[in-house]
Amino acid sequence: MSRETTVNLLLALLLLGAPLVAAGMGEPFYVTLATRVVVLALAAVGLNLALGLGGLLSFGHAAFFGLGGYVAGILATHAFNAEPLFADIPGTTSMPLIWMTAVAVAGLVALPIGAISLRTSGVYFIMITLAFAQMIYYFAISWPAYGGEDGLSLSMRNAFPGVNTAKPLPYFLICYAALMGALLLFRIIEGSRFGSALQAARQNGTRLAAVGIAPFSIRLVAFAASAMITGFAGALYADLNRFVGPSMLSWHMSGELIVLIILGGKGRLFGPVAGAMIFVFFEYVLGGITERWQFFLGLILLGIVLFARGGLLGLLCGKPRHV
Amino acid sequence: MFTTLLIEQLLNGLQLGVMLFLMAAGLTLIFGVMGLINLAHGSLYMIGAFACATVAAATGSFWIGLIASLAAAAGVGAIIEVAVIRRLYDRDHLDQVLATFALILILSEGARWLFGSFPLYLDIPPQLQGAVALPGGGQYQLYRLAIIGVGVVVAAGLYLLISRTRLGMRIRAGESDREMIGALGVDIGTLYTVVFALGAALAGLAGALVGALQSVQVGMGEPVLILAFVVIVIGGIGSIKGALVGAVIVGVVDTMGRFLLPSLLALTMPASQATTIGAALASMLIYVVMALILAFRPSGLFSAHS
Repeated sequence: MSRETTVNLLLALLLLGAPLVAAGMGEPFYVTLATRVVVLALAAVGLNLALGLGGLLSFGHAAFFGLGGYVAGILATHAFNAEPLFADIPGTTSMPLIWMTAVAVAGLVALPIGAISLRTSGVYFIMITLAFAQMIYYFAISWPAYGGEDGLSLSMRNAFPGVNTAKPLPYFLICYAALMGALLLFRIIEGSRFGSALQAARQNGTRLAAVGIAPFSIRLVAFAASAMITGFAGALYADLNRFVGPSMLSWHMSGELIVLIILGGKGRLFGPVAGAMIFVFFEYVLGGITERWQFFLGLILLGIVLFARGGLLGLLCGKPRHV
Repeated sequence: MFTTLLIEQLLNGLQLGVMLFLMAAGLTLIFGVMGLINLAHGSLYMIGAFACATVAAATGSFWIGLIASLAAAAGVGAIIEVAVIRRLYDRDHLDQVLATFALILILSEGARWLFGSFPLYLDIPPQLQGAVALPGGGQYQLYRLAIIGVGVVVAAGLYLLISRTRLGMRIRAGESDREMIGALGVDIGTLYTVVFALGAALAGLAGALVGALQSVQVGMGEPVLILAFVVIVIGGIGSIKGALVGAVIVGVVDTMGRFLLPSLLALTMPASQATTIGAALASMLIYVVMALILAFRPSGLFSAHS
């Protein structure tokens, strides 16, 4: 077993064990905190697919995170008010249905955004993805039907068959299972023919084209898949907070998702998980000490970017095999 | 009546465009010469506004404040360049994005620390208060006209600086081949600091000028930064001319969209619905324009690196 696999396993066990212990000791707050880690990690796993494997620096993944959240919020609101969504289609409070819709919506929105953005590369790509995310952000703010600037509150957590989602621990376990599923999917994609093509597109698009694979379509599929995972995380996040608002769509969110990946280690399976653990830890510990925790987060982040490239997993396990 | 309103809105759009040009010119210059994407440009805008508001409140003079805003933004820009940015030129865009994102967190929280969360206010200088009569019988704020004037002067000044002076020659040379001008004995390090400080000063100037129209507060630079990104993407990254054209397009399209869309929609639907839908669509309009332009010209209208 390689060192990275051991570290990954330890991280997965730590992330599962800590909330179980906290729940056993009657500390639901820490279970919720761990759920936050898990959901943010899941969103970053999605981005890691585009950023880590595909080298696509999307600065607009908050759009998909927020869309997932709004899907959950809007469907639940319609179900609660017993108003049909369109014509005869009712809202729903069933999590599996909400998830499927969130994933589908994120993917469908990602396709045109990706199709336009992927015509460009480098700085253009960063700025265009950012601009599209801002477009959706401003739309959410100026569209009053679903709360506008105030966002939407969910009166209660949506339902999962056979599970009491209102309790912190069962909800944590649902999210944890989702995260593990996404990590498995990431691993499968990474090892597949598609994954090889995607990584080849990152390293040298021209060569990939020379062997007869168009980088554009590979990147587009990766971008959409990445958005779908992040959208799924958005739906879980809305249920976690029982709230969805434009802040989920803001460009700070996009920046934070990138930060998570870099804190943990770019392009590595557990990079987003390690990153989310560090980020939420900082947020909680620094936020407890000082109101100005973002100032110190900025300093730490600057230090990591300038001096400690490779993130936590780079520190623990050395350089990844193929980068 | 409608024509007057239309002229007024056109001028508003032009004023927004000019302000965006001041931001975008710095961004595009820094990207063109150093190949750096600077997310912290909006923070320099904020610093300019805070410096102007603080100094103007202390001395009672907007003009001293304006000079202070240029000095503060250029000074902070130079310090940031020497301390942080300099290490990023050889890095990939991801590192640049992250490091400048970290700078935003530091500068925004730092400003909140120093100045508190309450917005500051800046008065329009007495010489520029009042309004000018427009052809057709309307009135227009003199100060906004003055901002448009400043933009025209800055655009002309930048053009002369880049095409006619020695510094401009070095900047152009730096854009096309940095190793070569280094080998010819130009001190690249100083040149980069000067370019960065120049871009920062333009952002600070924009912040100070707009500070008198809006409240001065933490986070005021971020929406402008993103609009400035749209501007340089439309104009072509690295091109000052592109920044000017892009800024005017974005300023006018955004303002006119907000003004005209609700009235246009009102022709086909009830007025209250038209207002909300029109406002929502108008907020997306410039991004749609950007997408359309990119669909036909993926590297912008006047790409310097195509």
